[in-house]
Amino acid sequence: MKRLSLTLAVCLTGSATLAAEVAPKDVQFDEDGAVAASLTGTPGDAASGAIIAGTKSLGNCVACHQLTALADVPFHGEIGPSLDGAGDRWTEAELRGLMTNAKMTFEGTMMPAFYKVEGFIRPGAAYTGKAPTEALTPILSAQEIEDVIAFIATLKEE
Amino acid sequence: MNYKALTAIAVALSLPLSAHADADDDTLVLNEEETLVTKTAAPAHLSDVMDEVMSGWHFRSDETQALQMDDFENPAMVFVDKAFDAWNTVEGTEEKSCASCHDDVEESMAGVRAVYPKWNEQAGEVRTLAMQVNDCRENQMGAKAWKYTGGDMTAMEALISVQSRGMPVNVAIDGPVQSVWEQGKEMYYARTGQLELSCANCHEDSYGLMIRADHLSQGQINGFPTYRLKNAKLNNVHARFKGCVRDTRAETYKPGSADFVALELYVASRGNGLAVEGPSVRN
Repeated sequence: MKRLSLTLAVCLTGSATLAAEVAPKDVQFDEDGAVAASLTGTPGDAASGAIIAGTKSLGNCVACHQLTALADVPFHGEIGPSLDGAGDRWTEAELRGLMTNAKMTFEGTMMPAFYKVEGFIRPGAAYTGKAPTEALTPILSAQEIEDVIAFIATLKEE
Repeated sequence: MNYKALTAIAVALSLPLSAHADADDDTLVLNEEETLVTKTAAPAHLSDVMDEVMSGWHFRSDETQALQMDDFENPAMVFVDKAFDAWNTVEGTEEKSCASCHDDVEESMAGVRAVYPKWNEQAGEVRTLAMQVNDCRENQMGAKAWKYTGGDMTAMEALISVQSRGMPVNVAIDGPVQSVWEQGKEMYYARTGQLELSCANCHEDSYGLMIRADHLSQGQINGFPTYRLKNAKLNNVHARFKGCVRDTRAETYKPGSADFVALELYVASRGNGLAVEGPSVRN
């Protein structure tokens, strides 16, 4: 009975947070570029985040960052800093800010904003090279971003 | 100051210092005869952002580099031969070939590639080599224009480039072309698309570094048209620009458009002093 009511509570929370998902334009950054509030209210799944971080069509974090935890994924880039130990260097709120729009933390950074849908020069329809025919969607969904945050948070110094 | 702020500053400082280390020091000797200039002092207009300009050849593997060092190995030379035939083929209502006006390609086209894009006084516009070829076809030969990025065009560009191989790129940036050059410069630094990436993000700030499995070069175009192992054909500058812009999740410009002409003029000028290499071989 206890377990049942707990499950029920999770279900209710789940449906409540779906409605409460923060839209890209509504994300609140603090003065250092961190984002305190979860984008979904649902805790991130680190295992899913690891897959997103290593998959070219998703986060593709390894395009620019070295990441020992994903050593089985070939070809890590060197553009950005290594993410080893990033879970010790950054809080969850800071990681959320970096994932959402890193330019709010580091002005002029090359890192793309993964949860932003407006304010671009000549945005295209994904990688087609053509003009978009409908509203842009963010590169990653709100929950995918929470999953990546959960994954990066597990990357501790040795 | 806390640890995180320190780390952030260290990261910001270390990036420019650690970059640019990774071009090799090989020497491009063509057909065991001619040494091409593949590294040289940056032209004056670039001196505040970089000291040295380098051919993309230095950023490729030894195997890819070797393909360009011997014309019998260079897969682009098949297309040069094909264009040589086209050069002498009569086409169009005027019953002319390229040779009808320009005679021997080896003489008439020597040095041409090195100075394009350039101002055409009569037309009052900046022209790329491809635009000039199509102008000849339409207005001198009475023939149909070739597709800007098509095989006939890239082959003809290769044939014309070969006649300037080894000569220094020497594109004018002042006088009547200056405003177009400025437009191209603005485009070079514009962070386009949903990834908000400019040409400069990769090819000025990050050359020498790996982006996933790709070794970032300076994005020099002295080797164009280039035979890419990736698509096994000749690619001209605008086709390559289009791919790059597309990969920033942007709406691309059209090959042959005034926008890409401006960008080509600017990017070509960043390689002033490097040897013409076209047709080169790249990934």
